[in-house]
Amino acid sequence: MINFSYTIWILILPFFMFLLLGLAGHKLFKAKLSGLLGTGGLGIITILSYITAYRYFFVTGKIEGAFQKITAVNITWLQFTDKLHIDMGVLLDPISVMMLVVITTVSLMVHIYSLGYMKGEKGFERFFSFLSLFSFSMLGLVLATNIFQMYIFWELVGVSSFLLIGFYYQKPSAVRASKKAFIVTRFADLGFLIGILILSFNTKTFDFITLTNPTGTAILQGTGIGFLGLSIMTWSMIFVFMGGVGKSAMFPFHIWLPDAMEGPTPVSALIHAATMVVAGVYLVARMFPIYAISAPVALHVVAYVGAFSSLFAAIIACTQTDIKRVLAYSTMSQIGMMMCALGVASYGGEEGLGYMASMFHLFTHAMFKALLFLGAGAIIHAVHSNYMTDMGGLRKYLPITHITFLIACLTIAGIPPFSAFFSKDEILTAAFHSNKILFGVEYAVAGLTAFYMFRLYFNIFWGKDTQYHHTPHEAPATMTIPLILLAIASLFTGFIPFNKLVTSDSKVLESGLEMMIAIPSVLIGLLGIGIAYVMYRKETSIPDRLATTFKYGYKWAYNKFYIDELYLFVTKKIIFRYIAQPVAWFDRHIVDGTMNAIATVTQVISFRIRGFQSGQLQKYAFVFITGVIMLAIFFIYLWK
Amino acid sequence: MNSGIPLQYFLILATVMFFTGVYGFLTRRNLITILMSVELILNSVNINFLAFNRYLYPHKLEGMFFSVFVIAVAASEAAVAIAIIINIYRRFTTINVEDVNEMKF
Amino acid sequence: MDILSLFVVIPVLTITAILFLKDTRQVRLVSAFGMGLQLLMAALLVFLYLTARHAGNSDEMLFIRDYLWFKSLNIHYAVGVDGISVAMIALTSLVVFAGIFASWEVEFLRKEFFISLILLATGVFGFFISIDLFTMFLFYELAVIPMYLLIGIWGSGPKEYSAMKLTIMLMGGSALLLVGLLGIYFNSSPDATKLTFNILEISKVVIPLPAQRIFFPLTFLGFGVLGALFPFHTWSPDGHASAPTAVSMLHAGVLMKLGGYGAFRVAIFLMPEAAHELSWIFIILTSISVVYGAFGAIAQKDLKYINAYSSVSHCGLVLFAVLMMNQTAMNGAIIQMISHGLMTALFFALIGMLYGRTHTRLINEMGGLMKVIPFLSVCYVIAGLASLGLPGLSGFVAEMTIFVGAFQHHELFYRIVTIMAVSSIVITAVYILRVIAILLLGPTTNEHFEHLPDAKWFEKISVITLIGAVAAIGLVPFWLSTMIGTSLHPIINKILALNPF
Repeated sequence: MINFSYTIWILILPFFMFLLLGLAGHKLFKAKLSGLLGTGGLGIITILSYITAYRYFFVTGKIEGAFQKITAVNITWLQFTDKLHIDMGVLLDPISVMMLVVITTVSLMVHIYSLGYMKGEKGFERFFSFLSLFSFSMLGLVLATNIFQMYIFWELVGVSSFLLIGFYYQKPSAVRASKKAFIVTRFADLGFLIGILILSFNTKTFDFITLTNPTGTAILQGTGIGFLGLSIMTWSMIFVFMGGVGKSAMFPFHIWLPDAMEGPTPVSALIHAATMVVAGVYLVARMFPIYAISAPVALHVVAYVGAFSSLFAAIIACTQTDIKRVLAYSTMSQIGMMMCALGVASYGGEEGLGYMASMFHLFTHAMFKALLFLGAGAIIHAVHSNYMTDMGGLRKYLPITHITFLIACLTIAGIPPFSAFFSKDEILTAAFHSNKILFGVEYAVAGLTAFYMFRLYFNIFWGKDTQYHHTPHEAPATMTIPLILLAIASLFTGFIPFNKLVTSDSKVLESGLEMMIAIPSVLIGLLGIGIAYVMYRKETSIPDRLATTFKYGYKWAYNKFYIDELYLFVTKKIIFRYIAQPVAWFDRHIVDGTMNAIATVTQVISFRIRGFQSGQLQKYAFVFITGVIMLAIFFIYLWK
Repeated sequence: MNSGIPLQYFLILATVMFFTGVYGFLTRRNLITILMSVELILNSVNINFLAFNRYLYPHKLEGMFFSVFVIAVAASEAAVAIAIIINIYRRFTTINVEDVNEMKF
Repeated sequence: MDILSLFVVIPVLTITAILFLKDTRQVRLVSAFGMGLQLLMAALLVFLYLTARHAGNSDEMLFIRDYLWFKSLNIHYAVGVDGISVAMIALTSLVVFAGIFASWEVEFLRKEFFISLILLATGVFGFFISIDLFTMFLFYELAVIPMYLLIGIWGSGPKEYSAMKLTIMLMGGSALLLVGLLGIYFNSSPDATKLTFNILEISKVVIPLPAQRIFFPLTFLGFGVLGALFPFHTWSPDGHASAPTAVSMLHAGVLMKLGGYGAFRVAIFLMPEAAHELSWIFIILTSISVVYGAFGAIAQKDLKYINAYSSVSHCGLVLFAVLMMNQTAMNGAIIQMISHGLMTALFFALIGMLYGRTHTRLINEMGGLMKVIPFLSVCYVIAGLASLGLPGLSGFVAEMTIFVGAFQHHELFYRIVTIMAVSSIVITAVYILRVIAILLLGPTTNEHFEHLPDAKWFEKISVITLIGAVAAIGLVPFWLSTMIGTSLHPIINKILALNPF
C-alpha cells in the first residue's frame, strides 16, 4: 500500500497561493510575476495529481479486481456529536482521482491561457488569486471524505464563481449576473443542506465510505418510513439532488448559467463549462449507491430532470446569437445528458453502464468544452464582440483557432474517432437498454447538438465576409498552446478504457461499441452538420424564413421560454414587493406601532392623572382634610 | 372645681373655631386671610389643650406647655409667612394664591 | 486580587485615569491602553483556563471567588468562569478594543464619551464573570444605563427618541427579569432556610415545577428582550440606527449577547423542566425572529437598519438554538453569539467608516465604492460573506452547528421548525448581496465619491482585529467548539437527568 498522505498538498498549495496573491499580490509582486506564480503553483498540483492518478489506477488502487476507496488524510475539523463530525480529508476513489485529473488539467490550461488573455487587465493578480481559490475549492469538493466537507467546498466554489463572474465589478451586467448566480445556487444549496440534515438524522453519519457502502447498514436507514408516498431516504436524496440541480444548471435552476457568461472567458471555460457545473453530476455519482439501492425514485427524478434539461437547452441553443450563450446552453444540454445517463443506471454489473458513460462523458466534455470556450475567447479577443452576427469568414485570420474549434465541434457532434463519439455512444446505449423514451430524447439532442454547434462554426468561420475595423489577428502563444493541447486531448481521450477504470461498483465492466446505436448516432450527427452546412455555409435566407415560419416557437426559444422573466417576477414582485416590503411595513407599523402605542397610552394616562396635581395647596388640603374626616368617621363608627 | 362652665362648652367653641379656620383655609384666596385661618386652627387646638389639661389632669402642666409651644411656633410661622407674602407681593403684585402658579408643572 | 475581578477593576481604573486627564487628546490613548490591557488579560485568561482544564481540573467553574456582600439577603459578590464565559469575555474585549479605535475621531465631549463607553464595557465584563444572580443583575443594569447617554448625546437622527425607546424597553425587560430572579431566589432552597442567589448552588436543587412555570417565561422574556426576541425587537433597529459607531458595535456585538447568555445560563440552566415544557412557544417566536428579521432586512434602505434586522435574525437563531436543549445546538448557540458579535461589530465599524466619508447611510445614494476605497470595501465584502455563512469564516461554523444540532431533536415539530430556520440562509444571501451589489460594485455614481480617502491606521487596526478573529474561528473552529462543549456537559447532564429523552 502506497502512502497517499502527500495528496493533502493538492489542497494546501492552492489555498496558500490564494492567500499569498490575494493579500499581498498587488504589493509584493508585479502583475506578471503573480500570474506566473499562480500558474506555477497549479503546475505543481497538476503534476501531483497525475502522479496520484497513475499510482492509484495502475499501481495500488486495485484490490481483488475492484478499486478501493482510500482515505488518504482525515482530520476532525468540527465535532458535533460523537458520531457526527465534519472532517477535512482526502478520499481517493476512481471518480475523485478522475476529477483530480480533469480539474488540474483544465485549470492549468486556463491559467496559461489567462496569462495571455488577461494581460494588462486591472486586477491581474486578483484574477489569479480567485482562480487559485477556485482550484482549491473545487479540488476540496471532489476529494471530500464526507458529505459535509463536500458542502463546505460546494459553498466555496459558489463564492469563487461569484467573485469571478463579477470580476469586472464596475460593469452592472456582470454584477447582476454574479448576484443571480450566487442566489440561485444558494437557493438550491438550501435543498442540499436540508438533504444532508435529513440524511444525517437517519444515518447518524456524514462519512461517504460508511454512507455509500452498498452492504452497510447506513444505506438502508429511513427507507421504510414514508412521507407523502416516498420514503424519507428518497426525500433526502431528492433534496440533495436539488443542490446538484442548482450547481449543474439543470432545469429549473439553469437561469444563472447563461448570465454567468459575463465573467471573463477563461473563467467560463474553467468554472462554467468544465469543472464547477459538473459538480452536480459528481455529487450524484458520489452518492450513487444510495440512489441506486435505497432511493430509485430519486434516481428517476435525476434521469428525467437531466433528459428534459438537455432537450430544453439544446432547443434554446439553436436560436441564440451570443456565442458564449450558445456554448452555455450547450453545456447545460451536455450535463443534462450526463445526469440522464446516471439516472438510467443502476448499481453494479451491466446495468451500471450509464454510470460509466456519464463519468466518461464528463471527462471528454471537460476537455472539448474548455477548448470551445477558450477558442471562443480567442475569437472574442480578436473581434471584440460576443455576437456571431458581427463575425464571419474568420478562418482566414485565425488559422489555429479555426482548426482547434473545428476539432471541438466535430467532437461534440459525436463524429468518430473524436472522444465524445465514444462517451455519447455509451450514454445512448445505456439509455436504450433502460428507457426508450429517454433514449429518444437523447438521440434528438445528439442531432440538435451537431446542428447548433455547426451553426456556430459556420457563422463564425465561414458565412458572410464581414468587414472588420481592424484586421483580426491570431492570439499569442500563451493562448494558442492550451488550445492545441486541449485539441489533442479531445482527439485521444476517447480511447481511455473507462470501463476498466471508473464503474459503478469499481469492478471492470465489459462493454463495447454497439453498432446498433453507434451508426444511427453518427448519422444523426452528420445530418445535423449537413443542415447547418446548407443553412449557414453561405449567407442564405433560409434561417430567416424558418424563423418566420415557426414564428412563435422561435420567439419562445429565443427568449429562453421566458423562464428568466418568471424568475424576475418571483423575486422582484413576490419576494421583494409582496413579502419583504410588507414585512418591513408590518414591523414598522404594527409591531413597533404597538410598542409606540403602549408608550402613547401611558403618556395620555399620565397627562390625565397630572390634572390632580393642580399645584393648588388648598385643593390638596381639602382632599387631605376630607380624607382625614372620612377616616375618622370610618374608625369611629364603622370599625368594629 | 367641677362647678362653672362644663368642658363641652370649651370643646364646642374649639370645634367651631377649628372648622371656621379650615373653611377659611380652603376657600379664601387671599394669603393673609389663609394665614389668619391657620391661626384660628392653631388657637382652637390651644383651647383644646388647655381645657383638657384643666379638666382631666389638673395637677399636671403638659397642656399648658404645649400651648405655649404652639403660640411660639405660630408666632414664628406668622413672621416667616408674612415675609414670604411680602416677597410674593413684591414680585407678582398680588397675594391671590391662584395667580401665583409659576411652579405648576 | 483574583484574576476575574481584574476584568472589572481595569475598566474602573481606566475610567478614573480618564477623569483626571486634562488633555482630551490623551483620553483615547489611555482608553486604548486600558482596553488593550484588557484584551491581553482576556488572552491570558483563555490561556490559564485551558491550562487548568488540561491539568485535569474538571470543576464546573474555575477561578471562583466569593465575598459576602449583603448578609441578610445572602447576596454575594461571587465570580467564576467556565469555557462559555471565557469565550464571551474574549469576545467582549475584542469588540471593545476595536470599538475604541472605531471611535478614534469622536470630538464632542470626548472624555465623557469614553467614560460612558468603558462603563458600559465594565457592566458587560461584570455580567459575564458573575455567578451570583444579584451581582449579575446589577452589572446588567450597569451596562444598560450608559447606553441611554451614549445614544442620546452622541447619536444621530432621532436620537432622543431612540435612546428613550431602547432604554425603556430594556428596562421593561429588566423588570420582568427581576421578578424572575426573585422568584428563583425564593425557591432556591427546598425548606426555605438558606435562600441563595448563587447559580451553582441553585443548580443543585430542583425548583418546584409550578414556580418554574411562572418564572421561566418571565426570565426568558426578560433576557429575550435584550436578545431581540420577536416581537420585542423593535428597539433594535431604531437604537442601532441612532447610536454612534462604537456604541452600535458594542451593543449589537456584546450587549445583545447578554440576552442569549442569560437565557441560557439562568433561564434554561436553572429551570430546565419548564424550559422543556414551554420551549415550543418560544421556539415559534424565535423561528419567526429568524425568518422575519431576514425578510425585514431585504426591504431596508439604510445600512444600519439592514444590519439591525440582520441582527434580529441572527440573535433569534441564538435563542432558537438554546431552546433546542441539546449539546450540539447549544454549542452552536454560543459560537453563533461569538461569531455574530464579531461580524456585526465589524459591520457597524465599517458602516461608521463609510458614513464618515460619504455622509449618508442610504444605499441608493452610494454606489461603486469598491473602486474608490478598496480596503474598506473588501472588508465589507468579507463581513458580508461571513454573515451569509461562507465556510472558512465564523458564521458558517455557528450556523451549521446550530442546524445539525437542532435537527437531531427527537420530535418532528422541532425538525420542521429547523427547516424553516435553515431557509433563512438564502434570504440572508439575498440582502447581503443586494447591499454589496448596490453599495460597492458597479460604476461610481456620485462624483463627490471619486476621491474619498481609504482607511486610516486606527481604522485598519479596528477592522483587522475583528476580521482576524472571524477568520480564525472559521478556519479552526475545533478549539472553540471543544472549549464550549466541555463546559456544556454539566448543563446538558442536568437537562438529561431531568428529561430522559
